[in-house]
Amino acid sequence: MSEPLISVENVWFKYTKKQDWVLRGVSLEIKRGEFIGVIGETGAGKTTLAKHLNGLLKPVKGRVLVLGMDTRRTPTSKIARHVGYLFQNPDSQIYSATIRDELSVGLKKLGFRDAEIEERIKWALEVVDLKKPLDMSPHVLSFGERHRLAIATLLAIKPDVFVLDEPFAGIDYKRSLQLLQVFKELTKKGHAVVLITHDLQLISELATRVVFMKSGVILRDSKPEDVIGDVEFLESNNYTPLQVTVIGVKLGLGRPIRVVDLARELEKRLQL
Amino acid sequence: MPAPAVEIRDLWFKYAGASEWTLRNLNLRVEEGEFVVVMGPSGCGKSTLLYILTGIIPNMIKGEIRGSVYVLGRDVLKLPPSEIVKNVGFVFQNPDSQIIMPSVYEEVTFGLENMGLPPDEISRIAREVLEYTGLWEKRDLSPWSLSAGERQVLAIASALALRPRILILDEPTSMLDHKDTMRVLKLISKLKEELKMTIIVVEHRIEWAVEVADRVVIMENGEFIAQGTPAEVFSRVDVIKRSGVRPPMIAEVFYYLIERGCRVDRIPVTAREGLEVLSRVLSRGVCA
Repeated sequence: MSEPLISVENVWFKYTKKQDWVLRGVSLEIKRGEFIGVIGETGAGKTTLAKHLNGLLKPVKGRVLVLGMDTRRTPTSKIARHVGYLFQNPDSQIYSATIRDELSVGLKKLGFRDAEIEERIKWALEVVDLKKPLDMSPHVLSFGERHRLAIATLLAIKPDVFVLDEPFAGIDYKRSLQLLQVFKELTKKGHAVVLITHDLQLISELATRVVFMKSGVILRDSKPEDVIGDVEFLESNNYTPLQVTVIGVKLGLGRPIRVVDLARELEKRLQL
Repeated sequence: MPAPAVEIRDLWFKYAGASEWTLRNLNLRVEEGEFVVVMGPSGCGKSTLLYILTGIIPNMIKGEIRGSVYVLGRDVLKLPPSEIVKNVGFVFQNPDSQIIMPSVYEEVTFGLENMGLPPDEISRIAREVLEYTGLWEKRDLSPWSLSAGERQVLAIASALALRPRILILDEPTSMLDHKDTMRVLKLISKLKEELKMTIIVVEHRIEWAVEVADRVVIMENGEFIAQGTPAEVFSRVDVIKRSGVRPPMIAEVFYYLIERGCRVDRIPVTAREGLEVLSRVLSRGVCA
């Protein structure tokens, strides 16, 4: 077994002393090649957990190890090389005067040579399909374009773990799926992805594992079928199960969570 | 024949200073009481269309308009905003762009006061609307102490207070989490069922849209590329596949089966229809 990229060990966290615990004993291991979908209502602790993965927040009790480094004792800048974080709102992370600076500033800090930086920038912009002059200000881009720029900036660094916190507001489904496919490809090269979203269909298409959080604890951490395919579990937690699952279960065709699961099962039964 | 709620003919629009048309040759007729869901990728012109229906264009945002837009038989391109708001309520994507008053109650009464209604009438309507939307208990609170979803419900309540015959909503759930989304979508469904309002909403949640919509309009690059009942629209497999719109999952299952030789007279879009068609097909054992 390879060493986990990140291990979250019995983490407890609250923002202020007087406040209730936001995380209550969360444990989680993230390994190379995994694509983990995190779901749960607002207030469940998803973003708080995500910010522990790159050291933005440090546990009050318990610990988080990133490639063996304890986040409480390692500078966040050192962790950032290994764990990239994409915020919900692109404007929380766009600071530079030009698109080129925005993309290169992190790479320079990490000590990459100019040629390597140019190459990575070119690749990242191609992947997100952003064709704008590099000396343009990022602030005149549309919301969707700023979002893609933020994604490109993260991609260019190629950290071991990508933490994507509700990254697709303002981006339509087809493009979201295309962008996520890029991340999916990276998991095949040994990176890991943690995706926080309410979109069960996106998770069912991509995740190798699903973590369901509620009130600061992990209620389920299992294969997508075992979480997204569990109609009763989802309904009792105020989530609407996917159409294909509802139909598949009622017809006695197992617990399909993807279009292709149900379609293939029907194909077999109908001998098409 | 009463005038349709909305009638758009050969509508073109270009923002001032822009070189390209944002809306291209749109035609749409919405009858009173109809529920229309507009879908399409970001930047396709959905919001621009709504701005024209509500008079934000040309009154606040300028540009070049060709064609005609009638709302309840009146030419909105020539009406002052004060006339448009009597019939058309608008709810923005971000509730915070329209909430301005210090309490929930005052937020709802603000528009009514501007219209010069007598105080008794104002308090009666405010109570009715706040009870209807489930915000009465929170009437004295600051809007900023509410959740984002409750603020969106408040924005809808404020729009409803003016008794519009047409309610227009621009991606009302895109900034909300799952629970708040469900709350807002439930309220919009209730407006359709109980108040029989004409509703035009831009919304991406397709499984919800196919349950409630009388008509779905799909936009891309400023054009309507498909419109009709949800079943009609999602039966146009090629158009849907080319567009950025995600079809209902059950429709996609049928796209797959049809490619492999299955014949069906219509493509189901809701879970209920899917179950019906599939039970029939499975009991026969053949897909034809």
